Formats: sequence, C-alpha cells, structure tokens
Amino acid sequence: MGAVVARLLIRGGRVIDPGEGVDVQGDVLVDEGRIVAVAAGLAPESAEVLDARGLVVCPGFVDPHAHLCEPGGEHRETIATGALAAAAGGYTAVCAMPDTDPVVDDPASVGFVVAAGRRAVGARVSPAAAVSVGRRGEHLTEFGEVVDAGAVAVTDAGRPVRSSKLMRLALEYAQSFGIPVLAHPEDAGLANGGVMHEGVVSTRLGLRGKPGVAEEIGVARDLALAGMTGGRLHLQRVSTAAAATLIRRARRKGVGVTAEATAHHLLLSHEVVAHYGTEYKVDPPLRTPADVEALRAAVADGTIDCIATDHTPCHYDEKEQAFDDAPFGAVGLETTFAVLHTRLVTTGVLELATLIERMSTGPARALGLPGGSLKPGEPADLVLIDPEARWTIDPAAFLSRGRNTPFAGEEATGRVVRTLVGGETVWDAHNVKGA
Amino acid sequence: MSRSAAAAALGKDLVGLEGLTREQILGILDTAEPFKEVSERRIKKVPVLRGKTIVNLFFEPSTRTRISFEFAEKRLSADTVNIGAVGSSVSKGETLVDTARNLEAMRIDMVVMRHWSPGAARFLASRIPSNVINAGDGAHEHPTQGLLDILTLRDHFGRLEGLKVCIVGDVLHSRVARSNIYGLVTLGAEVAVCGPRTLLPAGIEELDVRVFARVEEAIEWAEALNVLRLQLERMEGGFVPSLREYNRVFGITRERLEWAPREMLILHPGPMNRGVEIDSDVADGPHSVILRQVTNGVAVRMAVLYLLTGGAPDRAESAKSGGEGRS
Repeated sequence: MGAVVARLLIRGGRVIDPGEGVDVQGDVLVDEGRIVAVAAGLAPESAEVLDARGLVVCPGFVDPHAHLCEPGGEHRETIATGALAAAAGGYTAVCAMPDTDPVVDDPASVGFVVAAGRRAVGARVSPAAAVSVGRRGEHLTEFGEVVDAGAVAVTDAGRPVRSSKLMRLALEYAQSFGIPVLAHPEDAGLANGGVMHEGVVSTRLGLRGKPGVAEEIGVARDLALAGMTGGRLHLQRVSTAAAATLIRRARRKGVGVTAEATAHHLLLSHEVVAHYGTEYKVDPPLRTPADVEALRAAVADGTIDCIATDHTPCHYDEKEQAFDDAPFGAVGLETTFAVLHTRLVTTGVLELATLIERMSTGPARALGLPGGSLKPGEPADLVLIDPEARWTIDPAAFLSRGRNTPFAGEEATGRVVRTLVGGETVWDAHNVKGA
Repeated sequence: MSRSAAAAALGKDLVGLEGLTREQILGILDTAEPFKEVSERRIKKVPVLRGKTIVNLFFEPSTRTRISFEFAEKRLSADTVNIGAVGSSVSKGETLVDTARNLEAMRIDMVVMRHWSPGAARFLASRIPSNVINAGDGAHEHPTQGLLDILTLRDHFGRLEGLKVCIVGDVLHSRVARSNIYGLVTLGAEVAVCGPRTLLPAGIEELDVRVFARVEEAIEWAEALNVLRLQLERMEGGFVPSLREYNRVFGITRERLEWAPREMLILHPGPMNRGVEIDSDVADGPHSVILRQVTNGVAVRMAVLYLLTGGAPDRAESAKSGGEGRS
C-alpha cells in the first residue's frame, strides 16, 4: 500500500475508458492523484513507471449497492473490512446502504459512516440515508440535512416504500437536493413471506414463493411515480424479464430512471436452490432461466445500466440453518467482476468494455459517485486487471467478513491485480499474503 | 433376492420420496408386509433394534405421527426419547444445528424429526452421522405418510401401475400431497390434484399431475381420493372465503360420491375436520380406509427403521424372530 506518488506512468496496458469510448493500447499518466493524459508513447520526466503490459487499465468499479453493516452488524462486516474487500474486487467507490442498527437516517449517523469511510483503506465509501425515519415507511427523513452530512442518495434499503404517497413525496422532495431515490421495487403484499421465486422449484421444495409479478408491480408503480414527478429513480437489483421490459419502455418515454442487476441474478436461476442451499437465498430471489436471459440482454443494450453487488455479508452461523430460517443475501465485492468476466465475457455474451461500463461509468453517473472515467482532470480512481489470470474463488481468502457466496469453488478467469484511489494504490494482489 | 435387496438399500436417511427409485419404494412396502403381523401378536415386540437409541425430535406438535413412530420403535425394541418444542431448549432459541450436535454428543443412532422448515430434515441429515427420518418438514415432504398411503392403496387394489388417485384439498401447504405425488408417480400411478386454485401451488402440473378445478370431475375420474386436511392453523387468511363454502364446493360428501362411476376408496391423513373437507358418513362409511392407514403407518415405519439400520428386505421375516443376530 504505497503513499501518493507525485507522478505515475501506467505504461503499455489496454486502456478502456467506456465513458470516452476509448479502447487503445497506451499509457495513463497520473499526477497529484489525478489523471493527466491517456495516450500512446507518453514519456514524462521523472515519473514512477507501472508496467501494465498484458493488463487492462480502466476506471475503478463503482458499486451502487453494498451493505457494510456498520453500525450494529460488525460481526458481519465493518466499513473498514468492506472498503478493503471492495478494493480487492476492483471497486474505487461504494455506496453503503442505511439498513444498519441504528438506521442511517439523520446527519449524525451519516457523518459516522463518512468518517469511518475516510479512515478506511480501500474504496471510497459514500452513504445512502434512509428515505423514511427508521425505514418505517411513515415520515421522510431530512433529505437536506443528510445530504449536507454526505449522503449521496436515499433508500429504505431492502424494503419497498409501501405507501405510494410517501414514494411520490420522496421522488419530489429529493429533486431539491439533486439525489436519486434508490427503490426496492416490490408489492409487499404479494411478496409477503416468500423465500424464493414462486414456480415449479418452490412447489417441489414446499418453500413459500415470491412471484415475479410482485417485482413487476413494484417497478410499474415506481416508474409511474418517477414519470409523474420528474424525480430521479434508481431501481435496485432488478430480477425479472417483465421489469426489464417496463424500464426499457419508460426510458424511451423519457422517464429519469437508472437500474441495476447483480451478478447472481445474471448468472443463476432458481433451479440451483433445488437442494435448499442457503448460499442461494437472496432477495429478490433467483428467477427463471428466461429471466436470466432477459436480464443479460437488458445489461447488453443498456436498459440496465448498472451492475451492483448487493454485497450482503452474513455471519457464518446465520446461513447454517434451514432455508426458511436463514437470512437473505450474498457477498459480491470480491467476486462480481471475476464471475461476470468468466461466464459472460470470455464466452462472448458481453463485451469487456460493456461490462466495465456497467460496473463503473454507469453506476457513477446513476448515483453521482466519483470515478467511472479516465478523462484528464478526474481523480485517478482506476484498476489494473489481468484478463488471463486464473484463480479459484475461495471464501476463506476473502477480505470481507462475509463468506456467503454462491460462487465458492468457481474457477475464474480474470482478476483485479491493482486498485488505485486518487492515484494511491489501495490494493495490490502481488503484495498480499497468500495472493 | 439379494439383488433386489441391494437395489432397495435406502442409504443413511429418509428425507423424502422424491428421488427414490421404484425399487427402493417397493422395497419398503414389501418390508412392511412381514412387520404388519408383529402388531397383531399378543406380545408386540421383536428384537430387531435392541440397543439402538432413537430420538423423536418434534419441533411441531404431532399426535398421530409421533405415536406411530414411537410404537414402531418400541415394537422393534429400540430405546426412545421424545423431545417436543415446548419445554425444551428449542423453545429457548437453540438453533437446529446446536440441538443436533448435542444429541449427537449423547451417542444416538437415529433421529426422527418433524420441523416447520422445508428442507430441515435434509439439513440435519447432512450434518450428523446418525440416520435421519423426516417426519414432516414444513410443506415439503412427509415420506412415511406417503408410504403408508401407498401401501394402503396397494393392499386394496393389488396394483399401483395405472391406478388413478386424486389428492383433494390444500395441496399448497401439504407435505402429504408432495410425498404422495412423488411416490405414486414413480410407481406408475396416475395422479391428479383437485382444490381451489388458491390452494394449488404454482407449476403443480409440471410434477406430472393433472389438475381438476371441481371435485365432481375428480370423482368421475378417480379410483381413490386422498382427502387432505384443510390446515386451519396454516390458513393465514383468505385462501378460502369460508369453511361453509369450502364444504359445499370441495367437501367429500356421500351425495357427491353417489355420482362416482365406480367404487371410490377414501383416504385421509388425519386429523380430520369432519364437516369441512370430509363428511362424517364418508369418513365412517364402507369405502373409507382411514383407520387401515393408521394401522399400516406403524408397519411402514417399522420397515423404514429396519432398513435404515442396515436390514435387508428379504431378511425382515427372519429378523422378527431375532434370528438375524444384529445388535
């Protein structure tokens, strides 16, 4: 973990900057923590040189959706462990969800997360605050106060805002502060008590299902409210084909909506739950193979413009229960790029530049987070990726305190080898014990 | 015979009928036959499981299943302990895995478990070396109930291949329905379900069953009806507007059965709600085999206990006399 080097030349890599449409063999020059130039054959005086031959150099990833569990869930994750795990996965910025204990819903709790994020080594941490006090869905939090304290968005994280009226007010009021409302689109009554996707697998297993329509109705409502209010809506972890279709249609009509999908929803269907593995218990649930196909298409065509981790660390004994009793969630900070690169890029489903765009430029734009660009003048938040590196996903080696991944044992191709935030190396795969 | 014995080996646990082969299921039914006779003796005890320790771990209340297992265990000379959710460490918030580890530390041989969570039996089975028998896991499976229903059908009809069986009622919440479907389909029976659509789970047709919207159609088609209890305690509101209407539309009544083109066998896993899903004159009528099911339940459970502890189907007869010499 080096200190800031005055001038750094990252030489000879494949430089991909999706925001600028750049994909060239070249060099990146960094000075005082900012990008100075991207070009071939740069030869500045007195710069430290980083050899990037054979590597991809691109904007650091930006996660619009991570649960860092602090305060209150430090046995699952802390802001420090989460920020470092994020850096190891190539993230330079992470939006921390407010569903902590206590809930991040006032300036003091936002300030706590901001301060802990500053102390942490790794990705930048930006808090989202709750939409409603205590995430109870009754009264709006003080958006102005929490934004002044450092919140970049509001969300009731993991819960829909049940009242359509309150959701309308949130989408209207947020406009004064230029922040998006991050929605968990779901009809709570229909989804009530479901632990997996409602379909033939839930029927076979006797588990209570959440129908896909519960999400479709939630998405339709939130899109209608966004259209009416002109507010900025960000739909979290979209999981159904129907939702993707609604978003595509709304965006064509000019509704201000962004949307995210997770790696597990892009790679796994409900069929993997067949043996009650709690590592597959996530919310929203893993859907049908047809939904997976539709989500991939929506990511490819930009309907879904962000890939999120929905990083949700669980303590090991929480998942060591019967399916009904185990909590929802999977970690993703250290695996999302690798599993998507392995299963979608090396197989030709998705272009590498598109994957990078959805993991960096897209979410940076959606949430107004730093990063996502290699334009001169921008902070040098970037990653070096070895696209050929082969490694095995081993939860025991995670820097996150959470080990609950559906991808344990996966043979991955492609690995983040170095992550820089503001020109400073915060993660170096070659300088870590055991890496 | 040893070839069929090998084919019928069950492995360590019985968590469900899904995934069992035809030979395995028939092996259990065939093994149950000789054990039926034990319960008819004056001294109802054979030394098959002498020295084995079995824990009956019931996280949900149960009368019939628990007692049936206990009789089966005792008639095979096992030592048994009953643990209920109320008044045990379970009600003090102990996790399933901790309960299991503690039992294991006391060196038991087998656990018979009922739990509210689907998959709980499989979970337990994968974490302890003892044999595990699923006595009902949420809405998933209740394999010994499925087996005793199938044995009762075979006793009456003498065949299962092509037999038309309709399961009537709350299929959505029913582990009995699922075990019957898996077992009967594997054995070549034709299976249907019938009930209000609110109580039929999504995609049920994909389990190779046909669906009847009205009970009259089911009666016209079927040779046997397995009438499910309308699980009042699970009806978290709203699946049916009223019990009165349920009885009027889906209840098995004598009047309805009079329309049957053939004699109709009536099964019910119990406990019955008389006057709701089944009328008394049907339950107590000549075509009801409901008490026969209960009797068969003990024999089927004896068979499963015997097979899981390493017994062979073709040696069950001699095992009864203690001649097999296992300990």
